[in-house]
Amino acid sequence: MVNVLILAGYGINCEQETAYAFAKAGAHTTVMHLNDVLETRCFPEYQVLVFPGGFSYGDDTGSGKALANRLRNTCWQELCDFVSKDKLVIGICNGFQVMTCLGLLPSLGTCSVALTHNTSARYECRWVELAVTSDKCVFTRGVNGLELPVAHGEGRFYAQESVLKQLKQNGQIVLRYAHGGMPAQGVFPFNPNGSLDDIAGICDSSGRIFGLMPHPERYVAMTQYPLWCGGDGKREPYGLQLFRNAVEYFS
Amino acid sequence: MAHRIERASMIPDTRFSLLQKKTPATIVGLTDIYTIDKTLSGSDLEKCVQSLTHPITEKSVVDAYHMPPAFDWAVEIGFLPGVTDNVAATVRRTVEDCLGKPFACNERVYTSQRLYLIGSEQDARTLAQLLANPLIQRFSVWAHDHPQSLPLPLVALDMNNVVTKIDLGIPDEDLAQLGMAGIIDQSGSRGPLALDLPSMKAIQCYFHRQNRQPTDVELEAIAQTWSEHCKHRLFSARIDDVDGLYQTYIKGATRKIASPLCVSVFTDNSGAIIFDDTYLVTHKVETHNSPSALGPFGGAVTGIVGVNRDALGFGKGAKPIINTYGFCFGLPEDKQQLFRAQNMPAILPQQIMEGVIEGVRAGGNCSGIPTPQGFMLFDVRYKAKPLVFVGTVGFMPRIMNGQPSHEKKAIQGDSIVMVGGRVGADGIHGATFSSQALHAGSPATAVQIGDPITQKKMTDALLEARDKGLYQSITDNGAGGLSCSVAEMARESNGCTVELDKVPTKYPGLAPWQLWISESQERMTLAVPPKKKEEFLSLMQRRGVEATVIGTFTSSGKCIVAYGREQVMDIDLDFLHDGAPKLQRQSTSSVVTHETPPPMQGSLTEQLLQLLGRHNVCSREFISVQYDHEVQGGSVIKPLQGAGRVNGDATVTRPLLDSYKGIALSQGVFPSYGDIDPYAMASCAIDAAIRNIIAVGGRLDRIALLDNFCWCSPDEPERLWQLKRAALACYETAVAYGTPFISGKDSMFNDFRGYDDQGNPVKLSIPPTLLISSLGIVDDVHQCVTMDFKRPGDRLYLVGKTDDESGGSEYNRMRSEQLGKQCLGNNVPLVHCQTNLPIYRLMHDAIAHGLLSSVHAPGIGGLAVSLTKCAVAGQLGALVDLSAYDLPAEKLLFSESAGRFLVTVPSTKCKDFEELLQEHAVLIGYVTNGPVAVYHDAIRFVDTDVARLEQAYKARFASW
Repeated sequence: MVNVLILAGYGINCEQETAYAFAKAGAHTTVMHLNDVLETRCFPEYQVLVFPGGFSYGDDTGSGKALANRLRNTCWQELCDFVSKDKLVIGICNGFQVMTCLGLLPSLGTCSVALTHNTSARYECRWVELAVTSDKCVFTRGVNGLELPVAHGEGRFYAQESVLKQLKQNGQIVLRYAHGGMPAQGVFPFNPNGSLDDIAGICDSSGRIFGLMPHPERYVAMTQYPLWCGGDGKREPYGLQLFRNAVEYFS
Repeated sequence: MAHRIERASMIPDTRFSLLQKKTPATIVGLTDIYTIDKTLSGSDLEKCVQSLTHPITEKSVVDAYHMPPAFDWAVEIGFLPGVTDNVAATVRRTVEDCLGKPFACNERVYTSQRLYLIGSEQDARTLAQLLANPLIQRFSVWAHDHPQSLPLPLVALDMNNVVTKIDLGIPDEDLAQLGMAGIIDQSGSRGPLALDLPSMKAIQCYFHRQNRQPTDVELEAIAQTWSEHCKHRLFSARIDDVDGLYQTYIKGATRKIASPLCVSVFTDNSGAIIFDDTYLVTHKVETHNSPSALGPFGGAVTGIVGVNRDALGFGKGAKPIINTYGFCFGLPEDKQQLFRAQNMPAILPQQIMEGVIEGVRAGGNCSGIPTPQGFMLFDVRYKAKPLVFVGTVGFMPRIMNGQPSHEKKAIQGDSIVMVGGRVGADGIHGATFSSQALHAGSPATAVQIGDPITQKKMTDALLEARDKGLYQSITDNGAGGLSCSVAEMARESNGCTVELDKVPTKYPGLAPWQLWISESQERMTLAVPPKKKEEFLSLMQRRGVEATVIGTFTSSGKCIVAYGREQVMDIDLDFLHDGAPKLQRQSTSSVVTHETPPPMQGSLTEQLLQLLGRHNVCSREFISVQYDHEVQGGSVIKPLQGAGRVNGDATVTRPLLDSYKGIALSQGVFPSYGDIDPYAMASCAIDAAIRNIIAVGGRLDRIALLDNFCWCSPDEPERLWQLKRAALACYETAVAYGTPFISGKDSMFNDFRGYDDQGNPVKLSIPPTLLISSLGIVDDVHQCVTMDFKRPGDRLYLVGKTDDESGGSEYNRMRSEQLGKQCLGNNVPLVHCQTNLPIYRLMHDAIAHGLLSSVHAPGIGGLAVSLTKCAVAGQLGALVDLSAYDLPAEKLLFSESAGRFLVTVPSTKCKDFEELLQEHAVLIGYVTNGPVAVYHDAIRFVDTDVARLEQAYKARFASW
């Protein structure tokens, strides 16, 4: 069985539903407080590492920054080892922010992209349409488009032109905000945060390391969809496929 | 030596946009400033800068001003000494992390923000005054060629740890004065004790028997324990022939109903009902009105984070899983300034509204607790005293470690452990707020700011400890701080001894009485048995949560408190808890007759459009999208319904991801009816709270209620009469519906006393406001229904009776404004419980059998608003003919009669539905692709397309 390690503590708050989503997809999940992970140094026992959503350190000093600092100062080498093996890492929302600050995405070692304050300067909790714009990422294999909720105040993707160009060339832009099957083109609320190039999720050059602002773990059951009631809800809960893909990668 | 790190964004900072709305000047820069009061080497400082600065989007400078190339004025805003600064706490942890060593006790971090603008000095000062709350913040304004930084906000307390004896052998007059004005120190009054003469006499008598004088600690502690806030003395008072409204009418209703749902009612921090065989669900709703009037953001965030602790402090600790909110504000357009005292302006309604909404957002989102359910009401009388209702639903297994989870008992020998945040001078006498606290250099503050992350860490750790059975009892530190939480738990073991000098503090210099009654947030008090103590403390340490043993539970019958070697309190628990003399009050009936607006002729379309745009009717989508309602993955019926995104009146959440059983929540609140008859206000609130849950798929025998009475001027016999009427209605309505009360809270003194801009005295009292919150269990959420029309051709039925009941309606309020005179009418909606009971049961059956495509329970704005909401939500129209009713169309459309449902039924299911509901359901039309049109006796009264209705419904707060 695929072993999934889900980090908790310090204001992370989506660990339970993320564990549920992985379990529903057939994984064996362990939710562990970061301090216990640091004490046991147990990374090698797992195939998938998850940075769940939440408000680590309250987003004070900039989202993801403080937890990324803590990880860099305590277990950077182990994270590098984990990433270098044939394993998977996913960061959702605050977890994505942590991964970019830490330099796990878009490439190992340096921080080269940012997720900053939404254009609306407000927290936005709403459902968005997403287009899968690369076939590189393990998590989105076989998925074309999907709808998921976002819930964040700092999700505006930003990178310098050269970095963006590189990401495009490498096929690392996995998810883009969309509307009616077309690109959202920065239009609010379809692009809920003003992300550059409608970017909602990116992966590393191998496709094994993935970060996204929307919450796939919040759409793994029919009744989670806003319009489920009234006959529009008989569809497959889209988020679940991302977790299934992770499990199937190891089978 | 303090170092200042000034950080600014290198890409357009979108936070400008919100600030730019508040000033005619042009904002050209914003810097976050972290002042680290610690000696740091150059390389260490560089490490800190790197940790705090995003390399792609931000740039920092050290010990220099980070200024934009051109600006006229700079405004820097920072906190006053001692105010909770969450960002500073994170900066400190970051610095400790990156340097690998903790701060020394005199090393600190402070944060501030600086805005740069192009404009006049007046613009700069006006903006500073708008943004900085003088009770918690300070600011400096400087011209571009005279840069200056704010001085460090060092806390300077006068190291006063002396315990004084208070002489109670004084004449009654002086005794009354002491009770009212409080103890006088060298530095002036500490703030009122809020004890009346009979209470002071009881205390005098007790200490006379003890043959000694009380210490200041004892007197302050008794004042806290006996306060209205803690003991609800007015609600327990004998009023006329009723011996305690709470006992008789609220608890009385629950006793009478004797519902098998109830697990724990009125005795604990929350009330609890059965969820299923394995779990129970708790609910509690609090108010945080006074703090929110003074510091809207801080008041609201401490409110929501505080009520989370009422879940955590229930039984052995329930997990907070859903937040609720309810706001009553003055009109945001009202810019008429009021003053608390000379040169002390009250905060304007718009700023209160913004701050409160923001506070609940920060508290709820940061804690990872969804906040789906809420409401917002407006009335000019809430202008200076907003009502801020905050609620939390908790969830826990019924049996834990072989014991019923709702039971807890500290026993003799258990350690008293304080867990969570540290103690400061926060919130001491917060509610009474002396002018002392307002001086610029004041040592600490009575307005608090919550720290949701500290609490989140504490909550996670305590739930872990709970599952391991590491403690026997737990309660929240709320009003009265340790003095109330420890003394309350001491009843379980029948005694306690406390060593106050063990209490960890935020800064030195707190006097013993302050340590004992401080309301510093994010703290719980626990009883930990000796053999679990080590394991418990070690777990807390590994989770980064501070836990300190501050004493022992005993069976001495006494609450004994020491500070060092000195005993500062020694009071019998019986006296402390039950020694307050019972109040006696008389009420006087007050019935007012109102004018009734003249009937309108002709089309009512414009009236409907205008009604939809009113504050109390329109969309509050901007709040719903700011409050995370998806976290934890349980949302089923969300705050916004249908493709048209209309705010619903009930929400449904699944607490267990692998179960389809749900929790339905709703609220009912009609202060407007209270102006005519408080009985109707209460019965309609209960009816609406229940009916909204039935409408989404709940059932009557699985619903429990919570009451929140917010009253004013309880010294006036007329107000007491209103209170009595409302409480009586609670009893009669709850008993008739069989829905028990499980918890409640009251707030009696919602009056503002101050001055207008001419210096004339002003007293502004809120309208008496009763909030009823409802909690229902839904067996299978797949049966739930939303309000949005689903498809053209579905038949539209109105269930329940419509009467001429426009009294106190939103429509009559609008007519009053149109006519320029108060004409509320007198026919307030009456709740006919015996008629409604069978209808509610049948409605549940209809929903459970899947007969209905949409359901909405008409409330404010009546049938017309209900019809509009369903149409806008579904983005579909309707053709409606009300000729079956013989009331005028104006009444049919806008009367707010209770007990009704507006439903749509697919044509294939109409026969089944009609057979089930019989004469209770009247066919009034069908859903169309066209406009919303309403006929009565062949005359068209409403005819407008859905887009126009939507525009009217959504326009008011569209740019918020």
